[in-house]
Amino acid sequence: MSASILAGVLLTLCLVGYVWGRIKSGALKTGGMPLHSIPAYHGYFVALWCGIPAFLLVLIWLAAENAVVDALVISSLPAYLTAGVDDARMSLVISEIKSIAGGRIFGTPDAALLEAAERYNALRETASLAMFVCALVVATAGLSFARARISPEFRARNNVDGILRWILIVCSVLAILTTLGIVLSLVIESLAFFRRVPVTSFLFGMEWSPQTAMRADQVAAEGAFGAVPVFWGTIFISAIAMFVALPVGLLSAIYLVEYADERVRSTVKPLLEILAGIPTIVYGFFAILTVAPFIREWGMSMGLSVASNSALAAGGVMGIMLIPFISSFSDDAISAVPQSLRDGAYALGATKAETVRQVLLPAALPGIVGGVLLAVSRAIGETMIVVMAAGLTATLTANPLEGVTTVTVQIVTLLIGDTEFDSPKTLAAFGLGLVLFLSTLALNVIALQVVKRYRERYE
Amino acid sequence: MSDKSAAASRTGTWYEPDAGLKRRYAADKRLRIYGVAAIVFALGMLAILVGTIVSTALPAATQTMVTLNVDLPADRIDTSDPRGASYQMILTDAMAKIFPEVDTPREMRELRQLFSNGGQYRLRDMVIADPSLIGRSVPFTFPLADIGDQLHKGLIDRNTPREQRRVSDEQISWYDRLVEQGRITTPLNTGMIFNADSRFPELAGLKGALVGSFFALLICFLISFPVGIAAAVYLEEFAPKNRLTDLIEVNINNLAAVPSIVFGLLGLAVFLNFFGMPRSAPIVGGLVLSLMTLPTIIIATRAALKAVPPSIREAAIGVGASKMQTVGHHVLPLAMPGILTGTIIGLAQALGETAPLLLIGMNAFITAAPDSMFNPSTALPTQIYIWADSPERGFTSRTSAAIIVLLGFLITMNAIAIYMRKRFERKW
Repeated sequence: MSASILAGVLLTLCLVGYVWGRIKSGALKTGGMPLHSIPAYHGYFVALWCGIPAFLLVLIWLAAENAVVDALVISSLPAYLTAGVDDARMSLVISEIKSIAGGRIFGTPDAALLEAAERYNALRETASLAMFVCALVVATAGLSFARARISPEFRARNNVDGILRWILIVCSVLAILTTLGIVLSLVIESLAFFRRVPVTSFLFGMEWSPQTAMRADQVAAEGAFGAVPVFWGTIFISAIAMFVALPVGLLSAIYLVEYADERVRSTVKPLLEILAGIPTIVYGFFAILTVAPFIREWGMSMGLSVASNSALAAGGVMGIMLIPFISSFSDDAISAVPQSLRDGAYALGATKAETVRQVLLPAALPGIVGGVLLAVSRAIGETMIVVMAAGLTATLTANPLEGVTTVTVQIVTLLIGDTEFDSPKTLAAFGLGLVLFLSTLALNVIALQVVKRYRERYE
Repeated sequence: MSDKSAAASRTGTWYEPDAGLKRRYAADKRLRIYGVAAIVFALGMLAILVGTIVSTALPAATQTMVTLNVDLPADRIDTSDPRGASYQMILTDAMAKIFPEVDTPREMRELRQLFSNGGQYRLRDMVIADPSLIGRSVPFTFPLADIGDQLHKGLIDRNTPREQRRVSDEQISWYDRLVEQGRITTPLNTGMIFNADSRFPELAGLKGALVGSFFALLICFLISFPVGIAAAVYLEEFAPKNRLTDLIEVNINNLAAVPSIVFGLLGLAVFLNFFGMPRSAPIVGGLVLSLMTLPTIIIATRAALKAVPPSIREAAIGVGASKMQTVGHHVLPLAMPGILTGTIIGLAQALGETAPLLLIGMNAFITAAPDSMFNPSTALPTQIYIWADSPERGFTSRTSAAIIVLLGFLITMNAIAIYMRKRFERKW
């Protein structure tokens, strides 16, 4: 409501600025002076100067408002609520004040808290009003400043281009900011985690049972956060997935490039691509609805005991998902091998199969390896299939019929529901996230390097 | 090939089909067969996937409804405040009229289990909407409960022994009597789209999820479309070749391959914790999705900009346009079809994304559609996740139906993208 009013007012001001700038410069022009830029550019100039500073102010204000209001409320609390209280307890108090301020009152809260809630609401209102006024002041100031600069020799077009160029730069730097945000948030939370659980016992510990480590007296219990079984589960399921995806993807790519005629190729390729476009949640549901019961039945008939969330079901379905990855990368790599190599092999009397095996595959190998590495990174980071079809308990087993858990499953189960940011249980998710991010990043970088070097060889 | 007969007369010549050659041809044939088998396997899996989803979704296409004659006596409903009456009692009386032999509390409870718990609220809303009904006896249609629904659709086998069946023999006989009296109808399941979520499968619908997904995609589009184009234009048209632009390019390529769950962790730590944004809100979901979609849009836009021939730029510069005017007036409009195609594909990906939304709490149980993008809500894929996790049997077919709705949106979006590419693609 108030946000949309503010946006509306600012936009109107920009429009006013544009029209004003245009009229003023237009008047100069009809006054007989040669203008450097056409009037529209003077209009844009005024509008940009009116809108951008105000927009930036609002952004910064909104980002800072929470922290400032919280700090003000805390400083106004009576001493008996704040004395000797650590950060975790304080954030509880603040969230209680906020829920009272939002009208959700449970039981009979402390009178001081009620007062603080009132104060909180009052502060919030003042803050939004102050923001409104400040934004208006900045917008008007920008408007009058820009308008004052309009003159016949003023280079409005160059100035507007310069401003737009800066906007473009800021937008492209956002990619770096995103990466920075990911790295910072993962590293900071992980450091908080590693302060409580030593890195070595996390990376090399053999027992993973974060749910039992919730109570304060158990936090220090050695071994509850040993992530080796979780890492193993991830690798195991990814391996099963690649076991399915690699032969199927590679063989279908070989067939499509070397054997199939154009008609088959143009129908089968898009159909395979559909597999890549299906959301992973659908694969997850498919795994628990069809594949897992099927494998269970099959195992029972062979007299084997099969867990309902077996690694085979999750990995197999993930493999189906990865087929188009492997096949399209292999397809590109094999197609990119120069025709002269094929012709040479045929001229020596090789059959198609021999050409594929002895000439095309070795030549296309780097491209295929790149695709496989990207697929592995996909498999490691894949979440929904394993969340739905894989297990929750971390077991170190090499039996594909048993349930194993993965890094992504653990992240989701640790963070779903209640998230207090001070327990090692939730922080552990960020530790796992950091490992996940670094390993997929390494795989991607290597894969891109391999593919790039390969491309250079034939171009 | 000059002298065929002479070549044939020599023994052991290169074309004689000896055992080695046969073996080599067989190997060639094998590879071909393996290839066909691989494709058949992949497409077969696709067919099984689509087939099972569609076949489990079919029962959810209709909803089994029951029509009862309900007395709305004036002494039990206050005309001035129809909200306060006990519609549960009124409905129970209507049931008792059809089944007079049911009298023990245990039997009564079993009878009520056959009908949806939401019936009383529907009846209340009907009376509030039209108070003139009070004092009359009106036919009232509402859903059967999950067990009744499954019984009607034949999903519960009557021949299984009682212990393994979720319906009692009495419930089956009551249901049969309702069928005999012609009280059961199976209209199209519009509640699937127009109801919000519920604990009871027969009442649960996708309205909240659809609205939530719409808000999230709207935010995602509003941010990633302009920002993505701006970033791509800078990198493709303006950027000097230096360390910074190299860094940005490497970054974008890597961001495109970061697992989606990591973006969820980012959203949780930065948007929820640091900026204190509301949990489960579509606006946070949209922000996270926009960060994920950005690389896709940037890469697609750069490809589209590259496809515009340099002659266009040179001509514009030649008649005195500035670099920015050249891009804004000529290059971007010509690249727009390609950019829009890439954007739609990026948004389709964002629509199907689940993991990051789970981490920011968009899997909450919320029984009303959100009014704004700041209210807690679910999204289409997270709703599928919630339903897939629910133990009630009726949710299985609803989950499949929700998947079909999701796939329907994805197919439509991709079809639009393909159409635009075909229609507006220009070869220079």
